[in-house]
Amino acid sequence: MDFFMGIKGKDFVLVCADTSAVHSIISIKQDEDKIIPVDTHKVFCIAGEAGDRVQFSEYIIANIKLYSLRNETGLSTKSVAHYTRGELATALRKSPYHCNLLVAGFDEGVGPSLYWLDYLATLHKVNTGGTGYGSYFALSLFDKMWHPDLSEDEAVAMMEAGIAEIKKRLVVAPPHYIIKVVDKNGVREVKK
Amino acid sequence: MARRYDSRTTIFSPEGRLYQVEYAMEAISNAGAAIGMLCTDGVVLVAEKKITSKLLDTKAVGVRREKMYKLDDHLACAVAGITADANILINTCRATAQRYYFAYQEPMPVEQLVRALCDTKQGYTQFGGQRPFGVSLLYAGWDEHYGFQLYQSDPSGNYGGWKAVAIGGGHAAAQNLLKTEYKEDTPVSGGIPALIKVSGGIPALIKVLSKSMDSSLTSDKVELATVTRDAATGKVIFKVYESAELQPYLDAANAEKEAAASS
Repeated sequence: MDFFMGIKGKDFVLVCADTSAVHSIISIKQDEDKIIPVDTHKVFCIAGEAGDRVQFSEYIIANIKLYSLRNETGLSTKSVAHYTRGELATALRKSPYHCNLLVAGFDEGVGPSLYWLDYLATLHKVNTGGTGYGSYFALSLFDKMWHPDLSEDEAVAMMEAGIAEIKKRLVVAPPHYIIKVVDKNGVREVKK
Repeated sequence: MARRYDSRTTIFSPEGRLYQVEYAMEAISNAGAAIGMLCTDGVVLVAEKKITSKLLDTKAVGVRREKMYKLDDHLACAVAGITADANILINTCRATAQRYYFAYQEPMPVEQLVRALCDTKQGYTQFGGQRPFGVSLLYAGWDEHYGFQLYQSDPSGNYGGWKAVAIGGGHAAAQNLLKTEYKEDTPVSGGIPALIKVSGGIPALIKVLSKSMDSSLTSDKVELATVTRDAATGKVIFKVYESAELQPYLDAANAEKEAAASS
């Protein structure tokens, strides 16, 4: 089961994903990067049905790119999240995309933001959020540990604690994870 | 010679002209003028009302405004041309702005709205066989990307960003006057008298066959609106001036004209 968690810090957003690509009982690869850049300062973490994930994320990213080419300006994280929600909602009663996703971004003037979306086109702006079985464990832990002025080191420590908890308690815990940070300088990988 | 090539909107003449588009612009030159000026703290729009009759019920809905319309909280426009055509375009603008807000949860940037409408207008010059819209518009608005902006579009679907521009009857003369009147760094409060002066020049320049000997401005012939921003809340304010507020500006402009005429 795909696992994602996001933590909003003081001036950054930290996102973590597991790196396994699985088809029924076979593990295809263990180093799949599922945190996809939308533009220089935003990422998608998208989990769910195999084909829908890629199809939907590529569709949204292409439209965001088209907007920036047509209008010589980017979109804010809030706009991207709402636009994505709109597309999920439109498809919902025709041919739904079965995906849950996180949108994490950094905007000048606004700061970091993290949005949680699910396949029913639910949208919430959150401080911590995630998808997958592992998120149940991590979310409860983060509820206790989160505060508004998290530094990057604190957030990484939080995430590692969450991963440790999942490995300890979840029967089918994924073995490897990747952690990325989105801040004013863009997107970069932090660990693993 | 031109007659053979002007009844279909969607074909060129041998000289490479689109006659229907040009005729549409002719229609607009017979309409009431509208002038806009971009100022440091807002945009001023002034327009000449053509429909002035004592019998007009100015409290009836739809009749209150002839020239100025609010398109969204941060966007307004002034129209010149065939009113019925203008209504369609204004409605389209309003729907486009709301559709954008629904998708992105942010107000539509001014230029994008202008461009969207102009792309629609261009369609009527290339396919479908329908005549172009006989309207030119002045768009005044604010967005967080470029601040205050003033745009002008015409039936061809061309648009441009302006510091000061005039459309409608006598716009060429008005445009010339604007060149001398426009000063960089004009705040809205300084903008209004300059604009009234210009629009007072139009009837004076154009009205040769006017029955009325009184060519001074009265508040029932002029519509004035501003788009400004409240410094405290950041909210964009679209204000249409009522006759009582207008009168001092008109009096000042008329007095200046009297003085110039008698000297």
